[in-house]
Order: sequence, then structure tokens, then C-alpha cells
Amino acid sequence: MTDAVLSTVPPDGPVVEIRKLWSAFRLPEGRMVVHKDLDLTVQRGEVLSIVGGSGSGKTVLLRQILGLERPASGEVRIMGQLVGAMSRRGASSRIGMLFQHGALFSAFSVLENVAFPLRELKTLPRRLVEEAAMVKLQMVGLKPGDARKMPAELSGGMIKRAALARALIMDPPLLLLDEPTAGLDPDSSDGFVNLLRSLHHDLALTVIMVTHDLDTLYELSTRIAVLADQRVIVAGQPRDVIAFRHPFVEDFFLGERGQRAMELLREYPFAI
Amino acid sequence: MGGPILAMTDATPRFEQAPAPQGPAVRLLGEWTAAQFAQPRVFRELRHLLPAQTGQRGWDLRDAAQLDHVGAQLLWDHWGQRWPERLELLPPQRAILERVAQFTARPKRSPRRGPRALYFAFGAKLIAALGHVRGFVQLIGQLTLDLRELVRAPHQAPWRDFSGHLYRIGATALPITALVGGLIGVVLAYLTSQQLRQFGADAFIVDILGIALVRELGPMLAAILIAGRSGSAITAQIGVMRVTDELDAMRVMGISHTYRLVMPRAMALSIAMPLISGWTTIAGLIGGMVAADLSLGISPIFFLKALPAAVSLPNLVLGMSKSVVFGILIALIGCHFGLRVRPNTQSLGQGTTASVVTAITMVILVDALFAVLFSSVGI
Repeated sequence: MTDAVLSTVPPDGPVVEIRKLWSAFRLPEGRMVVHKDLDLTVQRGEVLSIVGGSGSGKTVLLRQILGLERPASGEVRIMGQLVGAMSRRGASSRIGMLFQHGALFSAFSVLENVAFPLRELKTLPRRLVEEAAMVKLQMVGLKPGDARKMPAELSGGMIKRAALARALIMDPPLLLLDEPTAGLDPDSSDGFVNLLRSLHHDLALTVIMVTHDLDTLYELSTRIAVLADQRVIVAGQPRDVIAFRHPFVEDFFLGERGQRAMELLREYPFAI
Repeated sequence: MGGPILAMTDATPRFEQAPAPQGPAVRLLGEWTAAQFAQPRVFRELRHLLPAQTGQRGWDLRDAAQLDHVGAQLLWDHWGQRWPERLELLPPQRAILERVAQFTARPKRSPRRGPRALYFAFGAKLIAALGHVRGFVQLIGQLTLDLRELVRAPHQAPWRDFSGHLYRIGATALPITALVGGLIGVVLAYLTSQQLRQFGADAFIVDILGIALVRELGPMLAAILIAGRSGSAITAQIGVMRVTDELDAMRVMGISHTYRLVMPRAMALSIAMPLISGWTTIAGLIGGMVAADLSLGISPIFFLKALPAAVSLPNLVLGMSKSVVFGILIALIGCHFGLRVRPNTQSLGQGTTASVVTAITMVILVDALFAVLFSSVGI
């Protein structure tokens, strides 16, 4: 084999670096520009939350980082490399993605779902793959007895946990979350936030998440980026972001809903 | 000194054996991660060459550039799932190994099936089959009640759906049914002409083609094609509505599934099916006519003149009325399996397959029934 597998040790630079990104879609009515000269940098160990109104291009931004969309111009780099130029092999050892509805393969059991990226390498013995999957399964708080269940038999919180185990099976340094707590009841939501916090700490993860839930936002984020007007209008510590003067920021953080969640600020001083 | 085994990049996981005061030690180098194990042979060679864990051998992980949970799992299994006595590692590596040690478990195998389990599985299948029969009868009953509703208030019926289905099931199927019908006509004519020529009974090709196509092959071919084309589509449409909760939404609004989904499809198929069957028959006859002209020299004019005498009216009526039954059957079977899809993608696939197989089987079964019941009619 001549193509040596790229080292997954992240170099010292930023984990994600987006410069002058343009995202555009061709529609029957003409070109729709979602991002215009968007800049964003994510350092190692951060938990960056992306917020923005609906249609502001949060999910498109995640898809750009994942390489599921192509930039119209500009560049997206992960650990110093252009996303478009990366090989498909070993993709799950670079980025883990937790989709909003889990995206578990419904024809596979939980264990098979979690083991899937490892099994697809075709080089590891079945026993090791299953054991590794069982370790991840229990790390995200599922019980060994859940391994043989099918996704249709799981509750919403368990689906998210199983999907998280699958995203983390190859220990990627970067984890992307799309609405991690959407559709969960408050209890499961709190449990999931605690799980994410401890995994972030234990596995030294860099996390980028899109969320609308202010509680999740305040409890997890070390930094918040606000998407509006087709770019990142402000990115920084939660306090700095809240102080930023922009109609969306004022409405989102300082509305009645925001005031209630702000109470949490006093209890959780961003101690991650 | 056991040297490095694989001459590759710095990242390649490898090890070297170094003598130490307390005894030999294994020093790990490179990245012990799943991404590195993805290369062929790396994993197998490592597992072969790693020296077996014995009492005095020490392990030094501090120079490994990276260790992930898969790498740790490999070591843990290699150590026989016990901590070696002499182990040097960094705190993050210890954390990973401790997690692996804590959580390593073999997934439970599903229990083997004994004769008792097989017996129960057979019983479950039987009950499921009876459930299908029951569900199908219920569907027919509900449809009958809905027809009463239709007669009472015909202006409120879902006519737009009906015409849409008529177009999608009927009009768009015309090219494929004509092609298949025409080709079967050609094949049939060529094969029979060989036999007929031996007996000098060339003219009877009109009778054979006429009876076979009008009474049997036309309706059957059309029904099998439509069962594959539209039966599967009906199941998939309704099944996806189940997966996306649309069926429940409809029920919450107080709209009957059978009235809004099943009835328009059954009505559309009961009208489209005889028309397609007639169309397929005509295509088959044209194909046969051309082939008869080429192989036996029977002119199209003679063929067309002899056809009405060869095929009496009851044959045509029988063929058409069979098609109506086939059409309703295909629609009902498609809807039945669609409504029973459970909300996951696997069930959707299984339901669609079962729908097509059942529809084709039932069409052939009913056709045989017609053949027995009406054996004295028309021939």
C-alpha cells in the first residue's frame, strides 16, 4: 500500500478554519446565496454553538464542514486540510456527526449500527469490532442489553445516544451536533447535555453544534457564533455575544425566553 | 532487539522490544488508532507479532503518538483482559484503558432455535397469515361501507385523486404493456406456425391467437405488469405515509383511510385494468398478425376477417370481466400491505415485496378459478 493513512493527530492550528465561504444553490427562480464571505475559526477543545434564525444557513454550514456541500468559493479546512481534497477512507476517524433524528440505519440493530464504521474497514476481526462497539455503547449510557434492539424499539433519547456512540466509534477529534436536544423531554435533555459535557472532557473533543435550545446553549458552549445576514456577525464568549447589538441577538437572547435561560448563567459559569 | 516490523510512516502502529532492568519490555510506537488499522495487513501482523503477555514482560505506552479506544481494545484483549504487572502509561492513556476495561463485554448471542421455538415460529406465521386474511376481509367490508357513502354524496367523493390514479396507473402504463403484448404475440405466432404447418392447418392460427390472447394472455399479461408496476407503487405510497405519520394525521382529521386512499385506487384500477387488458390484447394480435404474415403467408386482411368468427363475444366479455376483478384485487392487496407497514424502512421494503408477490399469485389463482368455472363458455 502506497497511500499511507493520514495521521489523525491534530496539528496545533485551528481544528476548523473557514475563510471567505460562499454557499449558493441554483433554484428555478435563480441563485440563492446562503453564505457570503463567511469566516469562522474553531480552536481545539472548544464547544462552539452556532445560532441563527431559521433559513440563516446553520445546517448548510454544518454540511459544508462535513463536505456534503461544495463551497461556491472560499475554503473550508479541517485540521489544516481542504475538506474537498480529503479521501473518503477514514472519514469517520476525522469527524463524527450526530444528525438531528439520529439517522440510525433502521435495518441494523443498535450494535451493528455502532460497529458499522469499524466493520466497513474490513481489516478488523469481528470480535474486536463488537467489543469496541460495546464499550462505546456503554460510554454513552446505554445498557449491554440494548445492543440487540432495533432502532424502531428505542426511545428518542436512546436513539440519540446510539447515534452518538456511532459518531464516536473511531474517536474522531471533531464532533458535529445538529440540534442535539431537539425532541427530547427535559429529563432526557438534561441527561444528554451532561453526557456531552463529560464526553467533551474525557475524549478531548472539539464540538460544533447547531441548537435552538437556550438551556443547552448556555450549559455547553464555550463560544457562540451568531449567523445572520449571510455571515457570522459575532463569535465569542456568551457574555460578549449577548452584549452585541443586532436585532436577532436582542430578540434571541434578551427576549422573555432568553431572560429565563439567563438565570442559568449564574448557576453555570461556563466551567467546561 | 526485535526491530520495527513494518517500514512505513511515523504514524504506523508498531513496537520494539527493549531490555529493561526488571526484564524485557515492549515499547509501543506510532498511532494505535482505528484509522491506522484500516490499512490492510497492519492489524493482522501486529496481532501475530506482539509478544505474548507473560509475568515479567513490561509494557511502555508512553511513546505511542496516539492511542484510541480501538487500539486500547486490541491491547486489552491481547493482555487477556487483565492489567499487566508492569505498565508505563500517560494519564490520558490510562483513562482510555480504564474505560475499555470497565466496559468490555461480549454482546449476547441470540439464543439458538430448538424444535420448540420452530414450532412456535410456525404458529406465529400461521396466525400472521390468518391476520392478513382477516385484515383483507375487513378492508373489503370497509370499502363496501365507503361505497354507500359514495352513493349518498357523490359530489364529495375524491374525484381528483381518482382521475390522478387513472392517469398514473392507466395512461402511463400504455407503452410498456403494448411492447410486452406485441412481443408475446409475435413469439406465440412463430411457435404455433411451426406446428400448424406440419398439419396443413395454417388458417387455424387465427383461432389460436384469438382465443389465447383475448381470453387468457391479454388479461394475464396486463394484470401481471400492472401488479408489478402499480401494486408496488400503491404499497410504497401508503407505506411512506405510515412512516411519516401522515396516516395518523388523516385519521385525526376524521377522514377514513379506506374512503380517501383505498377507494379511489380501487375504482381507478377497476376501470383502467380492462382498458389496459384490451390494449395489450390488441397489441398482441397485431404482433401475431405480422408474424403470421411473415411465417405462414396469412394476409392481415384474411386475419382480420377470420378473427370475429374465431373469437365469439363471450370470450371477450369473460376476458374483460376477469380484468375488472384483477384490477380491484391488485388495488386492494397493494393498499392492504401498505396500511400494514410499520413505521420503519425495513418494513416498507418487506411490505412492497409481499404486496407484489401476493398480487401476482392471487391474479394467477383467480385466473385458474375463472378457467374452471367458465370452461364451457365461449369455446
